[in-house]
Amino acid sequence: MNPLRKRRLILISALVLGVGAATALALTALNENVNHFYSPSEVAAGKIAHGRTFRLGGVVLEGSPRREESTLKAHFVVTDRFANLPVEFEGILPDLFREGQSVIAVGMLNASGVFAAEEVLAKHDENYMPAEVKEAIDKGKARREAGAPEGAQP
Amino acid sequence: MMPELGQIALILALLLAIVQATVPLIGAHWRQPALMAVARPAAYGQFVFVLFAYGILTEAFVAQDFSIAYVAQNSNLALPWHYRFSAVWGAHEGSLLLWVLILSGWTVALAALSSRLPERFMARALAVLGIISIGFLAFTVLTSNPFERHVPPLADGNDLNPLLQDFGLIVHPPMLYMGYVGFAVAFAFAVAALIEGRVDRQWVRWSRPWTNVAWAFLTIGIALGSWWAYYELGWGGWWFWDPVENASFMPWLVGAALIHSQAVTEKRGTFAAWTLLLAICAFSLSLLGTFLVRSGVLTSVHAFASDPTRGIFILVFLVIVTGGALTLYAIRAPKLAAAPPVSLYSRESLLLLNNILLVTACAMVLIGTLYPLVAEALGWGKISVGPPYFGLMFFVLMAPLVWLIPFGPLTRWKGDSLPAVFLSLRTALALAALAAALVWIVERELPLKAVIGVCAGIWVIFGTLAFLLRRMRNAAPGRMLTAEMVGMSLAHIGVGIFVVGVVVTESLNVERDVRMQAGDMVEVAGYQVTLREVVRQDGPNFIADEGVFEIRQDGELMSTQHPQKRRYLRGQVMTEAALDAGFFADFYIAMGEPIGTGGAWAIRLYYKPMIRWVWLGALLMMAGGLVSATERRLRQTIVEREVVQSAPEQMPDALPERA
Repeated sequence: MNPLRKRRLILISALVLGVGAATALALTALNENVNHFYSPSEVAAGKIAHGRTFRLGGVVLEGSPRREESTLKAHFVVTDRFANLPVEFEGILPDLFREGQSVIAVGMLNASGVFAAEEVLAKHDENYMPAEVKEAIDKGKARREAGAPEGAQP
Repeated sequence: MMPELGQIALILALLLAIVQATVPLIGAHWRQPALMAVARPAAYGQFVFVLFAYGILTEAFVAQDFSIAYVAQNSNLALPWHYRFSAVWGAHEGSLLLWVLILSGWTVALAALSSRLPERFMARALAVLGIISIGFLAFTVLTSNPFERHVPPLADGNDLNPLLQDFGLIVHPPMLYMGYVGFAVAFAFAVAALIEGRVDRQWVRWSRPWTNVAWAFLTIGIALGSWWAYYELGWGGWWFWDPVENASFMPWLVGAALIHSQAVTEKRGTFAAWTLLLAICAFSLSLLGTFLVRSGVLTSVHAFASDPTRGIFILVFLVIVTGGALTLYAIRAPKLAAAPPVSLYSRESLLLLNNILLVTACAMVLIGTLYPLVAEALGWGKISVGPPYFGLMFFVLMAPLVWLIPFGPLTRWKGDSLPAVFLSLRTALALAALAAALVWIVERELPLKAVIGVCAGIWVIFGTLAFLLRRMRNAAPGRMLTAEMVGMSLAHIGVGIFVVGVVVTESLNVERDVRMQAGDMVEVAGYQVTLREVVRQDGPNFIADEGVFEIRQDGELMSTQHPQKRRYLRGQVMTEAALDAGFFADFYIAMGEPIGTGGAWAIRLYYKPMIRWVWLGALLMMAGGLVSATERRLRQTIVEREVVQSAPEQMPDALPERA
């Protein structure tokens, strides 16, 4: 083999190995760090196993937010206008957290079926509604208007 | 009347952009000097009209002309005068106009300063910039007209988003756009070279300062965004791996790779095709970033409220520009000659490694950012990728890069001996290990991983100093330190400082959310924080609750802090965190929300050691980019044309022979 060919061969094998390793690493890391998004209807339909972290999206139900007097615990209900899911969160809620505004919470269901949020996100822009939340709300509304049974999935 | 003039000016600018994009290309193809000469006046004229339109919009904000819908939405009578200037880019339409203005400004600078470059080449490069300009001007005129009237005119406007009433966010977008758009110059050069079918070392040399300046602006733009998110959003973090942050970070990574590969192409004539590809990628990623931010396809805390037609417009434009450039690349790049062989350990190899790591890192960010989109399209459900993914990827890819930095400048082109280079770095390594040990003795809580990280950062700093020292000792007087070397060293030291800052702040920061009422004291990281009282403080366009906090150490008063919770007239609530900023640590207090009726508040107390170093490092990187752009050698025009494919002659080595 002439030196140029040899050099190329080494380069290409190194490249293939590198790309392979990087892809494998990326896929593993991706799979471990992906959070799925669910709406309250999907949770009500029993789609989620307990003890799995996911993102819950919807609107903060009017009149639902409540803070405990002596701790930092907050309780509120997230709705997609079809199903509701109670949420508890310990800490400081974002500035744009408000009744009737869209919100995304990251966390998991606890044993009593309450969504224990580790993180609550609201948006910078009050006109902006995350696409997922909008879709969930639209679906919820459509389902309510059609009078579909709770948890029915298209 | 005036707004209509502004709109007409934009349309005229668009027409001139069309002229700038077509006539010089035709002229270059048929070798018609008269047609090629159209490029510059068209660019100047376009700039004048865009500037005029921009001036009119600014004037509308200053004079508070609420008959313009955009002004009415983003300003009101109570808005302080200085924010009226920055309110121009406070939302989508105006920030797009700013983008167009900056693009036009870069084009003018290029047109004015490039008179010594070959006429045909410049005609093509300016035409490419004209094509980009067409895209953005058409986008502005067709989908995002900032001069649209509100009928009937309003007596008062809404308000500027309170988040944007702040210094950090006033300067953040212009800096970021300077960076994004600056890569358009390298892109235009690359496409012009591909049309010409050859890589001329002269223009590679000449385009290097432009890339460096664009990258420097992007660096400071990202750093400002990070700094702003830290003190203004009330989250206390400096980076969140949010899709919009990623959107600006991807061109930064590729830009950093481009800076290094341009150096190789200019000095050694190799990597030519790769440099072209990176130049195309850097700007394409800037466009992708614009698309991601403004189309609303990704869920992000920073996304603009958007409508889908805008997204489709940018996507189509992105496909045309990137697709066209890549197609051209696929046709022409194989013609560029392969690189002459170099030995396994050489500066070329190290820079190749640098490029591979940076580009892979960018690919990983891209995968993580776009994965949710792909998954949704494939029906895998709605997902998001968590920060741990990015954190892991960065650790794996950037750790080797950081450790390799000091070797680069000390290694000679074409081939060098690793042991010899290592020998000249042993003092730096020993000092870094010693310093890390000292850090560990002072701060025993630091985990081993962090100690190694601190060691890596200090190693980069000392390793770079070792290079500077050797230069000063060995090089001929007068040629001791060129601007290029000083810039490079500044940027590398910046990386070292950045690494130390990141590692320390991530492993030692303390974040506590607590319930406090007047008189309560909380202990955080050895400091006693007392809430004295909560008072009412009103601003020009907001009312606020202000907490008065005292920070003490061992009973001694260190400072008094006044964080606020503001409610703006528009109804938006904003946290103004109070920062006791220090070179070695920040103390961060933010008001959460009132709890119950007894006057208690949820309070966020953060202790962030060495977080300033993160931005200090970024500042040094920016300074490095700017300083190296002043390199005189890069502005010289060589009389005879050196073409890269012709066997590269012996270039003077940047380093003296090792004695």
